[in-house]
Amino acid sequence: MCGTRSPVARAVVVGAGIVGAACARELARAGCAVTLVDRGGAASGTTAHGEGNILLSDKSPGPELELARLSRALWPPVLAEIAGSTPRGAALVRAVEWEPKGGLVVATTEAGAAGLARFAAGQRAAAVRCEPLDPAQTAAAEPFLTRAHRAVLHYPEDAQVQPAAAATALLADARAAGARLRTGCEVLGARTRGGRLTALHTTAGLLEADLFVNAAGPWAGSVAARLGAPVDVRPRRGDVLVTTPQPPTVFHKVYDADYVGAVGSDDSGLQTSAVVESTRAGSLLLGSSRRRVGFDDRLRPEVLAAIAAKAIRLFPALAAVPVMRAYGGFRPYVPDHLPVIGADPRLAGLWHAGGHEGAGIGLSLGTARLLRALILGTPAPLDPEPFRVDRPAVLGTAGPARDGAGAPGHGSSPEHPQHPGGTAQSATPAERKEGP
Amino acid sequence: MTARLVPAADDATGRRERPLRITVDGEALDGFAGQSIAGVLLAAGRLAWRRGPSGAPRGVFCGIGVCFDCLVRVNGEPDVRACRRRARDGDTVLTQSRAGGGEEAGDEGASGSSAALPAPAEEDNSDTEDGV
Amino acid sequence: MTARHVLVVGAGPAGLAAARSALAAGAEVVLVDSAEEMGGQYHRVPPAAFGAAHPERLQHHWAPFTRLRRELRAHPRCTWWPETAVWALEPRDPGEQGPPRVHLLHGPADGSGRTRHVLAPDALVLAPGAHDRVLPFPGWELPGVFTAGAAQALAKGERIAVGERVLVAGSGPFLLPVAGSLLEAGAGVRAVLEANPARTLARGWGSRPWQLAAHLGKTGELRDYAGQLLRHRVPYRTGRAVVEARGTGRVEEVVTARLRPDWSVVPGSSRTLAVDALCVSHGFSPQLELPVAAGCALLPSPAGEFVRVDGEQRTSAEGVWAAGEITGIAGAPAARAEGALAGWYAAGGDRTARALPRLHQVRDQGRDFAARLARAHPIGAAWPGWLRPDTLVCRCEETDYAALCAAAREESGAAARTARLATRAGLGPCQARICGPTVGELRARLRGSAPDARDAEGLAAPSSHRRPLAQPLRLGELARAPAPPPPGHRADGGPGSVPPRDPGPELPDDPAP
Repeated sequence: MCGTRSPVARAVVVGAGIVGAACARELARAGCAVTLVDRGGAASGTTAHGEGNILLSDKSPGPELELARLSRALWPPVLAEIAGSTPRGAALVRAVEWEPKGGLVVATTEAGAAGLARFAAGQRAAAVRCEPLDPAQTAAAEPFLTRAHRAVLHYPEDAQVQPAAAATALLADARAAGARLRTGCEVLGARTRGGRLTALHTTAGLLEADLFVNAAGPWAGSVAARLGAPVDVRPRRGDVLVTTPQPPTVFHKVYDADYVGAVGSDDSGLQTSAVVESTRAGSLLLGSSRRRVGFDDRLRPEVLAAIAAKAIRLFPALAAVPVMRAYGGFRPYVPDHLPVIGADPRLAGLWHAGGHEGAGIGLSLGTARLLRALILGTPAPLDPEPFRVDRPAVLGTAGPARDGAGAPGHGSSPEHPQHPGGTAQSATPAERKEGP
Repeated sequence: MTARLVPAADDATGRRERPLRITVDGEALDGFAGQSIAGVLLAAGRLAWRRGPSGAPRGVFCGIGVCFDCLVRVNGEPDVRACRRRARDGDTVLTQSRAGGGEEAGDEGASGSSAALPAPAEEDNSDTEDGV
Repeated sequence: MTARHVLVVGAGPAGLAAARSALAAGAEVVLVDSAEEMGGQYHRVPPAAFGAAHPERLQHHWAPFTRLRRELRAHPRCTWWPETAVWALEPRDPGEQGPPRVHLLHGPADGSGRTRHVLAPDALVLAPGAHDRVLPFPGWELPGVFTAGAAQALAKGERIAVGERVLVAGSGPFLLPVAGSLLEAGAGVRAVLEANPARTLARGWGSRPWQLAAHLGKTGELRDYAGQLLRHRVPYRTGRAVVEARGTGRVEEVVTARLRPDWSVVPGSSRTLAVDALCVSHGFSPQLELPVAAGCALLPSPAGEFVRVDGEQRTSAEGVWAAGEITGIAGAPAARAEGALAGWYAAGGDRTARALPRLHQVRDQGRDFAARLARAHPIGAAWPGWLRPDTLVCRCEETDYAALCAAAREESGAAARTARLATRAGLGPCQARICGPTVGELRARLRGSAPDARDAEGLAAPSSHRRPLAQPLRLGELARAPAPPPPGHRADGGPGSVPPRDPGPELPDDPAP
C-alpha cells in the first residue's frame, strides 16, 4: 500500500511503545505518511515497565523462535544505522545500552537439568547457539552464582537493552523519516465506509488514513473493541525488584530453569521464576512474576517475597543487598501465547501488531519488518501464517479461558512441547518469556 | 574548622560517655555509646566518607535518613545509612563509592580484602533438589 | 464491644497525640516509628545511652512530652514498636473492608536481620511527618552543606555542632530554632538568611500574627529564639539567599545575593562569605509515600501537595486517617490537635465528646497558621535563575540541570516516566525523596503547561511521591516469611480476637501542651 499507491499512503499507528515505534519507523521509511498516537506519553506503558530482554534462550523451536531470530539479527544493524545517522542518533543509541551479554539458564534440580537438556537439544536442532558450561566455566562466568546447580547452559545470542531508550531511539528515527507523534490522544471509535476503516475518532479529533496499525500492547484488546473488531489480548501482570547500585555481581542474564510454583495448585494464578540481571547503572533487576489479575496495579508483597527468595536461590550473596524499588507492568498476552501480526479479516484497513507477552522488546523489530512486508505485499521475511489474526485464540473463539485461576489453555498443551523445567508443574514454554 | 562534639564536661544535658571503638576502612575511631556511625565520623573530624558517581565526596546531608548520601557498609552489610545506625563497639565500617558504577566499598585497611559480595561456598547445597 | 485496632505510624507530636486519643476512645493501639525513641524530629532527644541528666535543656514542652511518653509506654492497650519501618502498604481486595495491610520491618536501621510483620488494623493513622525541602544551587552537594534539619538533629541527637562559622539560610520560621540549636551546641552562627523580603513576610502573616501564635503556644518559643540570636549577635536578614556554595572537597565559602520578591537575584548584590558549614531549608516536603500507597487523594496547594482530609482527619482511603505535616505544614501544636482528632475518630470515638470542639478549634487555627506560613514563606518562582547547566539537581545520580533541559526538549520525553529513565533523575538510592518535587517543577516549566497526557489503565499516574517500597529492605529480609503479630493483634484482616474492653477514659482535653 505504502509506496504502491499514489499519492503517499497515510498510516496511523496506535500505541507509541516499542512495537508501535518500530512499526512507525518501518512504514515511514517505506514512504508512508505516518502518524503515531498514544493515549499517554511515548514509551511509557509496558515498554517502560519491563527489563529489556532480547532472548532466544527461552524460545522453543517454532514460529516465535523464528521471529526472535529475525529480530535478534536486526538489532545490531538497526542501532548502527540510527547511530550513524546523526550525532543525536548516536547519543540516543548510546542510551539504549545494547548489551549482547548472553544468557545463562540454570537448573538446580536433577529433573530440571533433564528437562533443560531436552529443551536445549531441540533448540540446537533449530540452530540456536547453546553451550553447556561445566562447574569451572560456570564459576568463571558467574562467580556469585550458587554452586548448587545441576546444569547450566550459556546462550551467547541473548542480549539486553534499556527498553524505554530503545523505543525512544526507534521513535526518533521514525520521526527523522517523517513520522509524526501525537501523545495524549486516545482512540474512541471507528469511522468505516463500506466495511473499510477510514478514520479514527480520537480525543484529538478525527484521524483519517488509509491504514491503521493497532500496536497498543496490553490495551490492544480495548482499542480493537472500540473499533468494532475485538481481539483477545489480555494483560498479564509482572513485577520487578530493583536493587541499590551494586559492584559488578551478575554478568549475564541469568535465569532459573526450574519453574516451580503455582500452576494447577494456586488459584491466584501466580507464577514466579528467577530472572537476575544487572543494568549499566549498577542496579540489579530481579524478576519475574506472572499473574492474571486484569489491570490490577496493587503491590503484592508476597509476590515480591517470592521473587526475592528465588533470586537468592540463584545468587545466595544477594540476601544482603537492599531492594530500593519495585515496579510492575502488564504483558500483552494471547491465550495461545503467540503474537498477532497481520491484517484484520473483519475490518479492511486495520492491522494488528501485538500480543508479544513479555518478549515485545526483543520481537519489536522483526514484527515491524514483517508487518511492513505484509502491508506492502513484498516477500515476507518469515512465514506470517502462525501470527495471523483470524485464529481462534485471537478472535476469542478458542474456549472459555478468562483471566483468573486455572484458565484452560494454560499449563502443558499439545502445541507446546515440554519446557526445560520438565516437571508436571512446569509452565509452558511460552510462560518463559521474560519481562513483565 | 569543622563539625565537633560538644565536650561532655560542657554539655548542658549532663551526658555521660561510655566509650566504644569502631574501625573505618581499617582505622580505629573512638566514640561512645548512643552515637550514630555518622556521629562517630563527624566527631572524629570526618566530614565526607562516600563518593558519588563522579567520585565527588559526600557525607551527611539530611541527617534523618532521607537522602541516602551517607551510606556505609557495616559488618558486611552494604548501604547502611550512617546517620540512622547506632555505632556498636567493634563495628567494622567500610566507606562506599559509586565512582565505579555500582556502589563499592573501600579497602579494609591492611587486610586489603575485597569488599565485593562473598562468593558462594563450594558446599552450598542447602536448598537444592527439592527446593520446590 | 470489641476494641478497634488502630495502628499509628509515626511517633512525632501528631502520632503521639493520635495514640493517646485512640486509647482514650477504647482502642487497641500499635504505635510504630523508625526511630528508637518517641518524639519525632520535633522532640528529638539524645539517645538513652547518653544517659543525659538534663535532656529537658534542649526542649520546649519537655514535661508534657515525657508525661505522654510514660503514659503510652505504660498503657496496657498500647504496643510501642520503636525501630520499626513501614515498608509497604497493601490495599485490600475489592469488596474487602478496611485500610491497607501494613508491612513492617522491626530492627536496627538498614539491618539485615530485621523481622517482618504484617498487621491488618481496623484503622490506620498516618503521621509520618516531613523533611526539609532544599532547592538545588551550585555546590549544594559539597560536604559541609547540610539541611537545616540535619544540623538540628545532629545538635540535639548527637551533640555535634556542624561548624564554627555556620550560615543558616533558606526560608521559614524553622530557621530560628535551627540557629538556636546550633548556638546551644557551641557553633558560631554567622547569620540567618530568610530569602523572602520583609514585605512578603509581613503580608503573609497578616494582621496580628502574635495572636495566632499565642493560640498555638508559639509565642514563647519564638521569643526565646529571637533573644538567643540577639545575645549571640547573630544577624537575621531578609531578602537574601545563598545562591552558590564553593570549596574543594568541602564547603569553604558561600555566595549570597539579595533577592526580589520572586526570588530573582538582584544584579550586583552578591557577596562571598567564608563558612565551614551551611544549613539550608526552603520549606518542607511531606513524606507522602505511605498515603500515596494507601490510595489517599492529595490536594495541590501553592506550598506543594498534601493529603486531603475531611473535618475528622479522614482521608479518601477507607480506614485511613492522616495527621501532622502530611496534611499541611502547620507546626507541632496543630499536629497535636490533628493527631488527637485522627486517633479519636479512627478509634470510633464518640462524636459528642466534650473535648472535641476545642480540638477542632485548635486544628482550624493550625490550618490558618499553615496558610499564613505558606503565604509568608513562599518559594519564589524565579529561583531556577541561580541554576547553571552543571548544577546537580538529582544528588544520587548526579543529573544536572542541562540534562533535564535536554530531556524536556525531546518530544519522546513527553512522559515523565520515560524522561526519568532517560535522565536517571530520581532513580538513585533516595528514590526522588530529595529531588522529586524539584524535578517535577522544573519539568513543568521546561515543557510549558503541557500535561503528561492520560495514563493508561492499570498504571498509576507518575508521581514523585510514589514509592511502593516505602523503605529499602534487604532481599533476605523480604524473602523470609513474616513473623506473627504482637499478642492480641492480627495479620489476616479477619475478625478481631481481642476480648471486649471497657471504654477508655474520656478524651484528653489538653491536646496542645
